[in-house]
Amino acid sequence: MVEIRQITQAEAIREALEQAMLEDERVMLIGEGVPDPKGIFGTTSGLQEKFGNSRVFDMPLAENGMTGICIGAAISGMRPVIVHQRIDFALLCMDQLVNNAAKWRYMFAGQVNVPLVVRVIVGRGWGQGPQHAQSLQAMFAHVPGLKVVMPSSGYDAKGMLIAAIRDNNPVIYIEHRWLHGISDDVPCEPYSVPLDKAVIRRSGRHATVVAFSFMVVEALLAAKALADLGIDVEVIDARSVRPLDMETIVESVKRTGALIVADTSWKTGGIAGEIVAGVSETAFGFLRHPPLRVALPDLPAPTSHHLTRDYYPDALCLARAIATHLGSDVTDADLVSRLFRTTPHDVPQREFRGPF
Amino acid sequence: MKNDIEALYRDMLRIRRVEEAIADRYAAQEMRCPVHLSIGQEAVAVGVCAALEKKDGVFSSHRAHAHYLAKGGSLKAMLAEIYGKEEGCCKGVGGSMHMIDLEAGFLGAVPIVGATVPLAVGAAWAARLRGEDKVIAVFFGDGTFEEGAVFESINFAVLHRLPVLFVCENNLYACYTRLSTRQADRSIHGVAASCGCNTMSLDGNDVLAVYDAARSAVSDLRNGSTPYFIECATYRIREHCGPNIDDELGYRPKDEVEEWKAACPVARLQSRLDIQPRDRLADMEHAITQEIEEAFACALAGKTPNQTDLEGYLYG
Repeated sequence: MVEIRQITQAEAIREALEQAMLEDERVMLIGEGVPDPKGIFGTTSGLQEKFGNSRVFDMPLAENGMTGICIGAAISGMRPVIVHQRIDFALLCMDQLVNNAAKWRYMFAGQVNVPLVVRVIVGRGWGQGPQHAQSLQAMFAHVPGLKVVMPSSGYDAKGMLIAAIRDNNPVIYIEHRWLHGISDDVPCEPYSVPLDKAVIRRSGRHATVVAFSFMVVEALLAAKALADLGIDVEVIDARSVRPLDMETIVESVKRTGALIVADTSWKTGGIAGEIVAGVSETAFGFLRHPPLRVALPDLPAPTSHHLTRDYYPDALCLARAIATHLGSDVTDADLVSRLFRTTPHDVPQREFRGPF
Repeated sequence: MKNDIEALYRDMLRIRRVEEAIADRYAAQEMRCPVHLSIGQEAVAVGVCAALEKKDGVFSSHRAHAHYLAKGGSLKAMLAEIYGKEEGCCKGVGGSMHMIDLEAGFLGAVPIVGATVPLAVGAAWAARLRGEDKVIAVFFGDGTFEEGAVFESINFAVLHRLPVLFVCENNLYACYTRLSTRQADRSIHGVAASCGCNTMSLDGNDVLAVYDAARSAVSDLRNGSTPYFIECATYRIREHCGPNIDDELGYRPKDEVEEWKAACPVARLQSRLDIQPRDRLADMEHAITQEIEEAFACALAGKTPNQTDLEGYLYG
């Protein structure tokens, strides 16, 4: 009998780390603030007390050097997990990630693995601004040799983190701060979720909505409202950015004939465009509507809440875009009445607290 | 540990002859990748590696042939790699700038300047965490001492007292750019000392001085000392990249070049050798030449690597 209870995603991540460290003594955890009183939004709290200071480390503010040091440890028999509280900080380690982590196995013809996990956190709202709220999955996903995942549910957050730590390759594990507080049904035991499979969160027949990370929440809210109005959309949680599970996506589009991609990042050069391209190449004849990307405008995130109101597409934006795109005659008032937010736009909405 | 002078001489001479053989054959355009030759800098590689044991690890960068060979890396696998053959140490994926021989403890060389310095610190950290008695040495040039990741790595190594030997080969130039154009007027080893390293500054063309320094550093590191940083003054005789002498470009003062040529590490040690009868020296040359000829023949006769294998190298 599998014991399951509802915990937040932050707790699920913490539990994954704890269980991965229990099952394999080579696993170590390092990052700025890992052992501090805030414990990376609670995701590392108590781990140094439990595993000691020879497995759980704080670190100097030296992202690139420390990433290289973790790669050196990874090719020497350890399995490091390095954490950055903001994905923006990981830009400082692009050299080590792209030139060394992604290529060390390849350039030495498969002789050495790099079992490294890089936890990075994206967010939005509350004035995070241009350098604390970027969503850079496409940059990492561009690089062969890296694996890139963006779990949305607490169940997947735990299972994919355990899978990432067990994996012999560098995995960029992208969390969304607005998902940390959402509860989900999470088994107590350790388990793994594949790093290369999308999942259908909601079945539908009128359109396929492929969403990433927090946009899965927005897409599920939008889908519920649209269903009330007779528009039945399928929501796919992409979960993995590299590799993309195009098989699941294409199979869905073949059934629905419409593709909308909801991304947490900018439109130009983003992963949404990659999905549109992949579907167009393999299932063009099945599309009854042109593909649509719902993404951020090509501007860095502003800070003022007056300026972010229209910056992040939310469930209402997404529902409007889907309805318009499909040529539906639902009125805006119908959508507004169903997707009216009771919380300000720059904090997580009360309307979705989980489980998934 | 190899402490006899003859062995040090032989190892340097072997590297010199390998590099010369590469240069001689390069025009045939069968080695179709950049080569950064170590001619003139052999003493640092040989002196340091003679102080290491097989279990110890070495990292290097784009100019890696000497370090790889001095640590015991396979000559055949190195030449096959430069020729892009299946028998190469990276099966043709890497070429001259990517060397590895795990069996010999040569843990990797790649051409992003400074890229392997943090890896060396990480390898030493892993050795500490795993309770292994290992010293990790990393070779890099004076240009690398301008990279941020190097300072980040030194800080961490000192903070955790990791068994790392940083070996800076100061050959005064990064490609064509002189050290004084790139760094302030202070010594490299002085900065390393202020970061908390034990430091030594020495004549990097004197293999015995390098060996003595490395041996005492390695011995201290095995006993838990803070990291060591050895700055070795040396000089690259040929062009930055390629088989030729490029003194006609005039980026290095003529008298400077002549001074360093006169300070050739191989010739200097030869004058101190006491090999009797002198025939044995000729025998040594002959054995080295034979080994090199055979390795080139193997490389030329090597198999063409298979493109379909590439995908399998990416993820493990």
